[in-house]
Amino acid sequence: MKAADFDYFNATSVTEVCRMLSQHGAGARIIAGGQSLVPMMAMRLTKPAALIDINNVAELRGIEHSDRYLEIRAATRQCDIEVSSTVRTHCPILLKALHFVGHSQTRNRGTLGGSMVHADPSAELPLVSVLLDAEVMVTDGSTTDTIPATEFFLAPMVTALMPEQCVVAVRFPLWHGRAGSGFHEVSPRVGDFAIASAAAQIELDDAGRCIRAAIAVGGTSATPLRIAPIEAALISKPLSDDAISAAATLAAETIDPDNDLHASAEYRRRVACILVERALTDAHREAAGGTGTAR
Amino acid sequence: MSHHEITLRVNGTSRTAVVPARMTLVDFLRDELRLTGTHVGCEHGICGACTVQFDGKPIRSCLMFAVQAQGHDITTVEGLSGAEGALSALQEAFCENHALQCGYCTPGMLVAAQALLDACPDPSDDAIRDALSANICRCTGYVQIIEAVRLAATRLRARSGTDKEVGGG
Amino acid sequence: MDNPQDGAQRFKYIGRRRRTKEDRRFVTGAGKFVADVAPPGVKHVALVKSPHPCARIIAINIERARALPGVQYVLTGAEIAAATDPLLQYLNTPAVHWFPLAVGRARYAGEWVAAVVADSRYIAEDAAELVEVQYEPLPFVIDPEAALDPASPPVHPDHGSNIIYQRKFTWGPVAEDFAQAAHTLSFRTRWNRNSTLPIETFGVVAQWNPGVELLDIWASVQMPQYAEQIATALRMPLNQVRVHNDVDVGGSYGTKRGIKHTVLTAYLARRLGVPVRFIEDRLDNMNGSDMHGPDRIFDAQIAFGDDGVIRSMKLRAADDAGAYAGRAPLQLGKPVGAIVGAYRINSVEYEAISLTTNKTGQVAVRGFGQSPTNVALETAVERVAAFLNLDRVTVRERNFIRKSEFPYRIPSGSLYDSGDYHTVIHKALDLAHYPELLARRDGIRATGDLAGIGISTCLEPSGGNSAFESLLNSQNDTTTFLESVAVKVDRHGMVTAVINTTSSGQGHETLVSAIVGEELQRDPDKIRVLHADSLSGLFTHSPVGSRMAIMMGGAASGAARKLKERMLRIAAHNLGVSLEKLHYENGDVSVVGDAGRALAWNNIVQIAHRLYHKMPPDMEPGLQATFVLEVPLGGTLPTAEGTVQMYPCYSFQAHVLLLAIDRGTCKPRILDYAIAHDCGTVINPDIVRGMIIGGTAHGIGAALYEKFEYDAGGQLLSQTLMDYLLPSIHEVPEIRVTEHCTPSPVTSLGQKGVGEGGYLGAPAAIVSAVNDALAPLGKTLDAVPMRIRDIWDIVHGTPR
Repeated sequence: MKAADFDYFNATSVTEVCRMLSQHGAGARIIAGGQSLVPMMAMRLTKPAALIDINNVAELRGIEHSDRYLEIRAATRQCDIEVSSTVRTHCPILLKALHFVGHSQTRNRGTLGGSMVHADPSAELPLVSVLLDAEVMVTDGSTTDTIPATEFFLAPMVTALMPEQCVVAVRFPLWHGRAGSGFHEVSPRVGDFAIASAAAQIELDDAGRCIRAAIAVGGTSATPLRIAPIEAALISKPLSDDAISAAATLAAETIDPDNDLHASAEYRRRVACILVERALTDAHREAAGGTGTAR
Repeated sequence: MSHHEITLRVNGTSRTAVVPARMTLVDFLRDELRLTGTHVGCEHGICGACTVQFDGKPIRSCLMFAVQAQGHDITTVEGLSGAEGALSALQEAFCENHALQCGYCTPGMLVAAQALLDACPDPSDDAIRDALSANICRCTGYVQIIEAVRLAATRLRARSGTDKEVGGG
Repeated sequence: MDNPQDGAQRFKYIGRRRRTKEDRRFVTGAGKFVADVAPPGVKHVALVKSPHPCARIIAINIERARALPGVQYVLTGAEIAAATDPLLQYLNTPAVHWFPLAVGRARYAGEWVAAVVADSRYIAEDAAELVEVQYEPLPFVIDPEAALDPASPPVHPDHGSNIIYQRKFTWGPVAEDFAQAAHTLSFRTRWNRNSTLPIETFGVVAQWNPGVELLDIWASVQMPQYAEQIATALRMPLNQVRVHNDVDVGGSYGTKRGIKHTVLTAYLARRLGVPVRFIEDRLDNMNGSDMHGPDRIFDAQIAFGDDGVIRSMKLRAADDAGAYAGRAPLQLGKPVGAIVGAYRINSVEYEAISLTTNKTGQVAVRGFGQSPTNVALETAVERVAAFLNLDRVTVRERNFIRKSEFPYRIPSGSLYDSGDYHTVIHKALDLAHYPELLARRDGIRATGDLAGIGISTCLEPSGGNSAFESLLNSQNDTTTFLESVAVKVDRHGMVTAVINTTSSGQGHETLVSAIVGEELQRDPDKIRVLHADSLSGLFTHSPVGSRMAIMMGGAASGAARKLKERMLRIAAHNLGVSLEKLHYENGDVSVVGDAGRALAWNNIVQIAHRLYHKMPPDMEPGLQATFVLEVPLGGTLPTAEGTVQMYPCYSFQAHVLLLAIDRGTCKPRILDYAIAHDCGTVINPDIVRGMIIGGTAHGIGAALYEKFEYDAGGQLLSQTLMDYLLPSIHEVPEIRVTEHCTPSPVTSLGQKGVGEGGYLGAPAAIVSAVNDALAPLGKTLDAVPMRIRDIWDIVHGTPR
């Protein structure tokens, strides 16, 4: 399990990264944390001719926030997001999701951008990006574009990123009201890829009615998926257990799960609903209890 | 295809070498530096036998290329012992509790556990489990490992007087 | 002596917590594993593997691979088949020819077709991709039930069928017992493919030294007759093969049997005149190492009375050995030695069937077939209890062999040495706080989740001999499975013991030093234990079958006792008294009642080594002894009816656990786990505890997570550790262990084996727990592993 040969380039700026990408064309791959890419190279499932290392590109690391969004630069390590008080304060669902991402050792290397670009349909961070309508900021060195997360993921391991583009940052919109969030997944062992996962974030008005809802599930379709029918069903209503339960079942009609080694399509379809219910219940409890931190 | 000269610190000593781009960090440590205490178990990042500390944080050395370690600080199991081979508190606790059998996963387990103790002198059992969840042991069933980490933490706290300070607050 | 404290008082070193000798080198990273062996100029092997489950190999083009810079050689099946003899098949199957590389036909996806030797493993893998093999895909069979069908495509056409072994044994009046029983029931259990899967893969380094005509082998191996099989396959004199047993083995649990790897690598080393190493990578290991474990379907019928007492049992075991059966069928043989488990079952019919399919081969796995069999046996007890609405513990108590009945001969012929099963199961229930555990289970059920208590017992036949070889193959009349130890005292009075096998975590150095220290009353920490190589050492059958405490320990006792007797005879001669007048204490010898007349340890050592004039006239100089131990109660062939004395000792364990299943996701979680065990005299408590907990963790993997899954096209789906799921520290609960001691009357210090019991007890216990959890739904699940998806399918009634 040794990687096929390649040329290695150590980039120090985004400009340099983009120049190398355009020089080497489709045979080039960016390496950030390498936690997904290197196993694929070891198994020779991918054989990049050139590897462009962005670990030393300082401008690709960092966490900032404005009134509107939390911006995490692409090569920011998951372990740094985990301990960021900015993230804890402004976008706590990211921490709830990170709890399920691999293990502390893989989070010590793994990056947000790496997880986004790898586009595993069961990955947690892409799920949160879809949930919150995050924006993926990409550049080819001259033009910087913004791709909505809901349009970024096209298929398993396939994104809208063009070969000459690299991800610069992801912007997660902030919610300012009386909000709460929840994240649930089922996996065979702690730290495994999710068989199915669900994330929810809601906002209540002073009367306890749901005025904003975002629901997404992962591991059950080719990409992480927003479940609009559930969101629609919850709006303007007080969120009783029954209402949550009834709405959660709508996930089954939106998703399109597959059979694989770990679970059947039927399992994923039904468990996705259960996980949505649990995530919504947590989100509601958090928002209603005033402990909501998804501000 | 490309070769690169790298300089890095390994267990406190500066090392320079020319490596092919595709050589993994674990192969570099084992085959070039002959630091064979770090082991290879799966080469796809699951088993944890190759765990080393990278700038103080435990990582999989099979999921990095040696060239990426340029300028960084690596600690392997060989770097855990004290002067003249004196065992660290954690190594002592592993021996005392028989927290191993075949010894193959042990170096990775120790490197990961040491990073935990460095960051968190009084870890809960949950914290110990989280810190070691990426290191698979097929021999022990982990129970004696958790006991050993607990024992080492207690001893280290006693040694540094942390217990007293904590007790006062 | 009924409790461990008595044992500790009886002994000076045995049974006390002492550091293991081995641990220090492992915690400092100073272990010497096979991948650490790097002779100058060593070359590296990578493999070309068949992508087809069955295919004719039409042509192999090695030109592009051979032309790659750094490539030394490309070997194909035709060459090695011409230059070596086939690898050993333990059954008499003359039409089956097994070579390290496929010859003419590939019989499973992953089978090795060609081997590349290069300057590095990186280059070897580059070159392996350049070898072009032309295949003609052929029909294949994957499912063992399909392989039972005579119309299935035979894996070995010359053998004619996929049934490689089939025999029905009848021990006792089965028909009468069934006819007279008040009730009968039947069920099927399925043990799917898994393996104990060490974190270190198999590896071997071979070096041919033409100057001394010696083949040196360093390998990560645990197998009987390894050097012999290498010599035979390579057509070499056995004393030209030197296997280095001082290689630390990074876990084995039965599986490290890389004979095909070794013959391949050694052939290349001789052929090329350079040292060659082949260290499996994880893919090599998973898909083509022939290290998968049993893959079994049991069909059971049970005859029992109103009181739950089981009279008779019919058991049919059909086992999928994969493409090359090798030693696999013998794993149907070992269970014969404990076919009734801990129970007084009067008669048994046992049909053993070994099948070939187009999958990688099966190898020995911890317990050698006993763990799957124990699931069937314990399921029988649980079914009887459920049928009669009796308590599961009560039914076990009614069926247990009683303490007063030992030694007890079971219907299949083996004599159980000793035991106290009633006491041990109660120790387990006490440790588990059984009444509170029941309340916890019911509390969880009240919240809407599923919860169950698992109970199992298991017999651990230990002291391993090879009686199953002759039982399954009448052409094999081997009746010994000896083990040897040498002990010597040097001129400085220091003690060194020499053992003759590799270790893979069992702590043999600790074991032997403790026993030699105990016998000689010398500090074990100061006793050195060395692993001799296969030429300089004595004879061994390797650490299989939970045999080392008994066999290596027994040989260590024997050698130390011989040595002590020599010392006493030297002392008697010099003190001018008879042997019975001497008192031996800590190595010093004095005359009873006259302590002034004495010879210290060092005095005796000096006489033996230097003062020949003070030696008894008939004694050789020096201070050394060897002991070769035959398996206690061994030495006989099976009868024509198939009764046999299998293993000499029978350890016992009882497992009790609480497991909850999330009603929504069907994810199981073990909440509490307690074990009571009886392995006779405990030599090192920490090692014993580690073996039991570690074996249990293996059992948890087998019961809940691990499966080598093949698709209908014959491809292995779970060939990485992302898909073959090993229990991590989160999946193994805090297992609590208590002990009981019923010494064995047939071993040197009352010890029995302990390496396998955890793995024998845990799967049955978890099956019991899951089924207790499903009981309120009126459902049962009888196949392991019981993964989330399997539990879901049962709970939701999805057709399986």
